[in-house]
Amino acid sequence: MDRNYIEIVKNSKPVQFGLLIFIFLTLYFLIPQSENNYLWRLPSLLKGIPLAINNVIFNALYEWFPLKVWDPVFEMYEEKAAFREFTKAVSQGLLFLITVVRELLLGGDKIIDVFVNDAWLKENDWLSWPALPWTATTVGAFLLGYQLNGIRLGLLGGIGALYISVFGNYVPSIQTLSFVLITTPICFVLGLSFGIWGYLDKKVETALQPVLNVMQTMPQFAYLVPIIALFGLGDHAGSIATIIIATPPMIRNTILGLKRISPEVVEAGLMSGCTKPQLLFQVLIPAARRDILNGVNTVIMQCLAMVVIASFVGAKGLGLNLKIALNSLKIGKAAEAGLCIVIIAVILDRFTKAWADKQKNYFENLSFIQRNKFLIIFAFSIVIFSIVAFISDGYFDKINYLYVIPIEKGLTIAHFIDAGVDWVWETFFYSLNSFNKFLLTQVLGPMKQAYLGMPVIATFTLAMGAAFIVGNIRTALIVGGMLLFIALSEYWDRALITMYMGSFAVIMASLNGIFLGSIFGRTERGGRILLSFCDFFETFPSFVYLIPVIFLFNITDTSVLIAAIVYATVPATRYTVWGLKSVPLSLHEAGTMSGVSAFQRWTNIEIPIAFPTVMLGVNQTVVFSLQMVILGALIGTEDLGQIIFGALSRTKDGAGVALTLGIFVSLIAICVDVIVRNWAEDRKKALGLA
Amino acid sequence: MSPTISCNSVYKIFGTNANRLLSESNGSVDAKKFQEAGCIVGVNNASFDVNKGEMLVVMGLSGSGKSTLLRCISRLTDATAGKILIDGDDICLMNNKQLVELRREKMGMVFQNFALLPHKTVIENIAFPLQVKGISTENSMYKALEMVELVGLKGRENYFPRELSGGQQQRVGIARSLAVEPDIWFLDEPFSALDPLIRKEMQDEFLRLQGVLNKTIMFVTHDFDEALRLADRIAIMKDGIIEQLDTPGNIVLNPATDYVKKFTEDVPREKVLKIESIMDAQDPNASDTLEVSKDDIIETVAEKILNSKEIIKVTDPKDKSIVGSINPSKVIKVLFGG
Repeated sequence: MDRNYIEIVKNSKPVQFGLLIFIFLTLYFLIPQSENNYLWRLPSLLKGIPLAINNVIFNALYEWFPLKVWDPVFEMYEEKAAFREFTKAVSQGLLFLITVVRELLLGGDKIIDVFVNDAWLKENDWLSWPALPWTATTVGAFLLGYQLNGIRLGLLGGIGALYISVFGNYVPSIQTLSFVLITTPICFVLGLSFGIWGYLDKKVETALQPVLNVMQTMPQFAYLVPIIALFGLGDHAGSIATIIIATPPMIRNTILGLKRISPEVVEAGLMSGCTKPQLLFQVLIPAARRDILNGVNTVIMQCLAMVVIASFVGAKGLGLNLKIALNSLKIGKAAEAGLCIVIIAVILDRFTKAWADKQKNYFENLSFIQRNKFLIIFAFSIVIFSIVAFISDGYFDKINYLYVIPIEKGLTIAHFIDAGVDWVWETFFYSLNSFNKFLLTQVLGPMKQAYLGMPVIATFTLAMGAAFIVGNIRTALIVGGMLLFIALSEYWDRALITMYMGSFAVIMASLNGIFLGSIFGRTERGGRILLSFCDFFETFPSFVYLIPVIFLFNITDTSVLIAAIVYATVPATRYTVWGLKSVPLSLHEAGTMSGVSAFQRWTNIEIPIAFPTVMLGVNQTVVFSLQMVILGALIGTEDLGQIIFGALSRTKDGAGVALTLGIFVSLIAICVDVIVRNWAEDRKKALGLA
Repeated sequence: MSPTISCNSVYKIFGTNANRLLSESNGSVDAKKFQEAGCIVGVNNASFDVNKGEMLVVMGLSGSGKSTLLRCISRLTDATAGKILIDGDDICLMNNKQLVELRREKMGMVFQNFALLPHKTVIENIAFPLQVKGISTENSMYKALEMVELVGLKGRENYFPRELSGGQQQRVGIARSLAVEPDIWFLDEPFSALDPLIRKEMQDEFLRLQGVLNKTIMFVTHDFDEALRLADRIAIMKDGIIEQLDTPGNIVLNPATDYVKKFTEDVPREKVLKIESIMDAQDPNASDTLEVSKDDIIETVAEKILNSKEIIKVTDPKDKSIVGSINPSKVIKVLFGG
């Protein structure tokens, strides 16, 4: 054979992949299933890791660096671990802050209690901060929106607040809001500081990258048990979990924004005579403002997405209500709580975006009253509504509706929703059920068995081979190393189930997204509409997706997978639209003049050029799918998520198990990420887009 | 009087071993050898002075090191070796505080892509150098308004950079660089990102401003015609080396190297040369009725000279004294060659 020909075949990616799949299948069918065969399953050498992590946590909490602490009750010094004192201080600080905001809005005497004598407070029961009447809050939301971006945003805020109040969700909503109001600034400060540090010091950035990767791909559940162990239960624990989840995107956005500043702008700052702090605060941070504020927006969205999960460690508010309603299968109540979360998310989202675009006028020359008119109106409305509410106390006999409308007295459409669900159930029971059954027995079941029947050597060959083809030997070793870590634990089978669910969701969601994006993203207008749909769906906390599917498909893999597919379709769609948009007009014109049909244009021009961008979307899809699959454990699946979830009730080695398995899930996601990213970069280079 | 800017054997070499390689080379730097050692030569042994009120245009193609040279002198990058004196003080030895002080008092810079702060309006951008200096908001805003008028942007004070055209954005950049009333004005390809028509307009505007302000200027460009139009002196750079540094007339008449010649070949001389460069000594037979200035560009007065058919007096525009004479045959030679 011609040597050139051999070279071409050797370098052809399709041929290489074909060969890889052939080897994979050969291994798959040749390796016998036997517990003693290391090619079938590796021995669980790393069994001890969860316990080791637990020991570390235990030692940190009770033994390391003992300090002598004065105990006022027993009037003696006691030995306490420094770390334990530290976590205690953090917990108490956070709890205090959350309670302050909560009581300012809802009333109470817990804060006063901190400052005065306990007994004295009990004798004087008048001593209590009054609640802010919901009427005043509604006016406040309207005014804030109005000032930020005119009447439409004002109405959004006002009507949203009115809905929440009248439907009796005022108290849990304010609880959730107070949680967000404290957590967001902490994430902001932490994210900004680390981001700036990473920007200024290349070494710090290199060190941050893998940590952020793991943090962002780890399922939220995995953090909960360690947090309980370290910080106990309560609103502060929820807040800490949220901080861990929401800070990484803030760090990333800060670094990204700072890096995107043109070097000339930095030079202009220097030549204007900026000192280093001036350069940082007056040039760098403001010039990266858009990305930083996007980060803030993401943080707020993450906070709201976390409210349900935070309720597992004792956070109060809408999340807790939603969880309780879901547990008792009250779809209507759950939907109402979910709607309130969505409303708060949308309002905060639009408000922060409007705030980001707000500008200042130096030549207005306004008086104090003109400048602060909204604040003054708000202050007046608080006074007036409070007086009205206070006076009318006598008019209502038990509950003063002008302060707070309690949940059981609020309007509700829960029974309508329930009736609707029942109707759907009764009408479509057979078709839904048979679809569910078909999917489970004909598709999902066999797929799961196929994954479980995969010898470990075959899995490694496939993953490392793919990594080698798209990257190099280093890529293959990274992927292999990460998988080895999982394979040597006792949870490999569970991980395979997670992979089966994840890959099913990823494939379906990617196909959906590429399909939707290709259909609607071809025209400017269609693309814009589709992207705004994506924006809308992304404001839904992940949990909300689970509500409808449970009621349609019960607690089965189907429910979880459908929720995961819908949830993960959003990024796939978004990136497809972006990818199609990136196809240059001149190429379209060249295509038109070559006489391509619509389908040829799609396969020969649009898809190849958009491919790298679409692959980044698929990458996101993996993270989204895995998050939802693990979340699905909450309603009962049998993958890694279920054990992580189960660890919540295990005291002895719960924290270790949850962290280890969380890292496993994260490793799976990172493996896919490494392969997909290399592939996309490779294509980009080949197309000259890099 | 000592020069405002004075460079003495300035080198800028990028790469990790730059310092060691440079000390081993004993001053004769070969770009190719350095490249093999993993270093890139940005500026290679640049020595020149810029006097007060003079405009030096540094001209070179991309990668010639012209912007790097400018950044060494403003110390946006540190020169690898050499002395750079600003009003007699070595800028390379200054600490951060002195540097900030120097930039706040003496320097202004205009950038190729305008480098406006995207979050600030026109007026805020212009007032920015004043505000970082600690001048009150009110005073800096008044000063900035003055600058807005100077560059002809009145009425657009509250626009954001993104709402302005390229030409207008660069006017803001110019106003900002002038806000602190610097002695030294750096311009890094200020008109390269603009359309040809706007570029011409901005060059005229720039000459008008310089006529009023009389700053010491270093102007970087890759456009030879622009350099000829604006410069008192031109430095032509290639691979980090200054190939020739002279007045536009001398460069066109006597290109020092083949490289410089490539630029000058196609330049219509009558459009570049001043009467000064072709005039003879004073002549008693010269016409009494007509005279031209020694700074006139030949093309602009050619018709007048050729129509007269006589020898014409050449005057110095400053004191109207007679400094020489011009023979129409010289003008014909420039116009039609031979």
